Amino acid sequence: MSTQMKSLALMGAVAAALGAVTTTGASAQAMEKCYGVSLAGENGCAAGPGTSCAGTSTIDYQGNAWTLVPAGTCADIELPDGRHGYSEAALEVDGYNGINRDLPEGLAADVLEGYRPVDMMMDS
Amino acid sequence: MGQTDFTAALLDPEKPVPEGLVDPQGRPAGKRFDVYRNNVTSSLIAALETGFPVLQKLLGESSFKTLATLFLRAHPPTSGALQRYGDAMPGFLAGFKPLASLPYLADIARLELAIRTSYHAADHHPLDPAGLDPEAMMALTPRLAPATHILTSPYPIYSIWRMNMVAGAPKPAPVSEDVLITRVNFDPTPHLLPPGGRQFAEALDGCTPIAAAIEAAMIAAPRADIAGLLTLFLSSQALTLPTEKVQ
Amino acid sequence: MYDFSSSSRLPKTAGIGYKPQHFTELRAEPGPVTWLEIHAENYMGDGGRPLAQLRALAETFPISVHGVGLSIGGEGPLDKDHIARLKHLCDWLNPASFSEHLAWSTHEAHFLNDLLPLPYSPETLTRVADHIDEVQEAVGRPMLLENPSTYLAFEDSTMDEITFLTEIAKRTGCGLLLDVNNVFVSCTNQIWDPIEYIEKFPHRLVGEIHLGGHDEDEDEHGAPLLIDSHGREVVDPVWALYDHTIKVGGTKPTLIEWDNDVPEFPILREEAARADAILAPVQAE
Repeated sequence: MSTQMKSLALMGAVAAALGAVTTTGASAQAMEKCYGVSLAGENGCAAGPGTSCAGTSTIDYQGNAWTLVPAGTCADIELPDGRHGYSEAALEVDGYNGINRDLPEGLAADVLEGYRPVDMMMDS
Repeated sequence: MGQTDFTAALLDPEKPVPEGLVDPQGRPAGKRFDVYRNNVTSSLIAALETGFPVLQKLLGESSFKTLATLFLRAHPPTSGALQRYGDAMPGFLAGFKPLASLPYLADIARLELAIRTSYHAADHHPLDPAGLDPEAMMALTPRLAPATHILTSPYPIYSIWRMNMVAGAPKPAPVSEDVLITRVNFDPTPHLLPPGGRQFAEALDGCTPIAAAIEAAMIAAPRADIAGLLTLFLSSQALTLPTEKVQ
Repeated sequence: MYDFSSSSRLPKTAGIGYKPQHFTELRAEPGPVTWLEIHAENYMGDGGRPLAQLRALAETFPISVHGVGLSIGGEGPLDKDHIARLKHLCDWLNPASFSEHLAWSTHEAHFLNDLLPLPYSPETLTRVADHIDEVQEAVGRPMLLENPSTYLAFEDSTMDEITFLTEIAKRTGCGLLLDVNNVFVSCTNQIWDPIEYIEKFPHRLVGEIHLGGHDEDEDEHGAPLLIDSHGREVVDPVWALYDHTIKVGGTKPTLIEWDNDVPEFPILREEAARADAILAPVQAE
């Protein structure tokens, strides 16, 4: 393509974008609309839950002596190099003892040493 | 007993209740001190839960709570206003061995922080292309609006965000993704940044014409869809002109 | 001393703590809600919805700016950036009232997000008074200082809370914000007499009253321990104490605070109406 053709194509692209934007436009959104993000980072002056709860729980955490086993949507995500993040469900399937036989790539054996389910770590 | 001891005991439940704190009968305060411990910890956990909804969904409520508790004890807020609380989360996650198998978490934290920053950013007049012909458009020298953020990641962070926040969104493919966050009026929205988009955005510094930014995009991604790219930046109100300010 | 009870620019009727989810209903049908209070820290961003909403609300309602993060009782110096942000907010909003807490929340640059207690001693008095002087000078307006909810006592305390608050007001020229629920909570937790507390309080210095809900817990000895949770309606004994407060001290701008498990707006209107029902007959006298 010649330089002139290229720049003509480019002008066409810019014209297409201008057309697209002026026709769709951005709809005016109401001030009222309130997503979760609006409450993020709110300060308050109320007290919390009383005499028992998170503030008095200890977590037995020493470096990598235990591993945090997530139980959310992370199980559905495949990493770009073909690995999966492991999940509580995956560990259940493999069995906590059998996991070392079939370690996901890149997951060091020492990370799993001394693994205990997280819930047992929180004294409440 | 000073505020140094008081603070240390608030953030470490293994520390004894500081001396000199008593109940009305003069007995050691005990559970009464725990009220303050719980206020600090639970209010900051709540702030992190509202600030990082996608992290919470990825990890599940219980694991996120554990993470949040460890985080807040290591990184209490540094400002009396909580809008930015958690800005140490990406760094904390990057070095957090118990979650090393989920290496994208730090980038998801960056994405969620950028959304929050965008929400509180200064208002702006978006670049309005109405009435402009292509040549005039190419000569404009806009910059990114205060609420606009660009993030790059080796992980599919846009798709991970979407899977967790948009009902019915598909599972992410194992690819790298760049994200454009913009705010139309008051609500920040992440968009997938197409090839060349990052270079296009980085070129726009308020004195570089759009034509040069397009060139930068095409050098980085020769097959970039320029019409699509411009449409995205204009319709999402990502750009503003340097002279325009909002009271 | 300055008479804060007659100088307040807030109406001596009911207001509510503003929550963004009530924006539309509040403007459409405010009912007995005549003024609003905001937490200053939530409006310290550069723009976006919070400031846009506040600008719109300020056209209709007198606004009270209530700080929750200044740490006036902190041992260290006040956060200059935080004071600057407060000043910026007050400068453009020109609120009808500005208040903060007798508490600390920041230590060595760590903000703990709670209103932490202070020993009532001459050293604390000097420090708090100096900090209030600094804030009033920087922000350029007088402030009201709120009595706290407390859960424990200090062996180091040498004076009672009312003497402490009155002396602070005398030294700095600040007014007081009387939180009647905090009085009830602290009096229960500290075994003080709430009626005596209200009758001794310097009402001439009071520019605003707070009412809120609390939760009930107990300590390890089985003693009642009330928690200032702001998560439910004001309980009957606090309404009774409020009624007594108005009879003793006269009518005041009265705020309904509800910060956790925030209800639908009509519930707040009902709480505001209940405060008005106590204010109106005294107002008419």
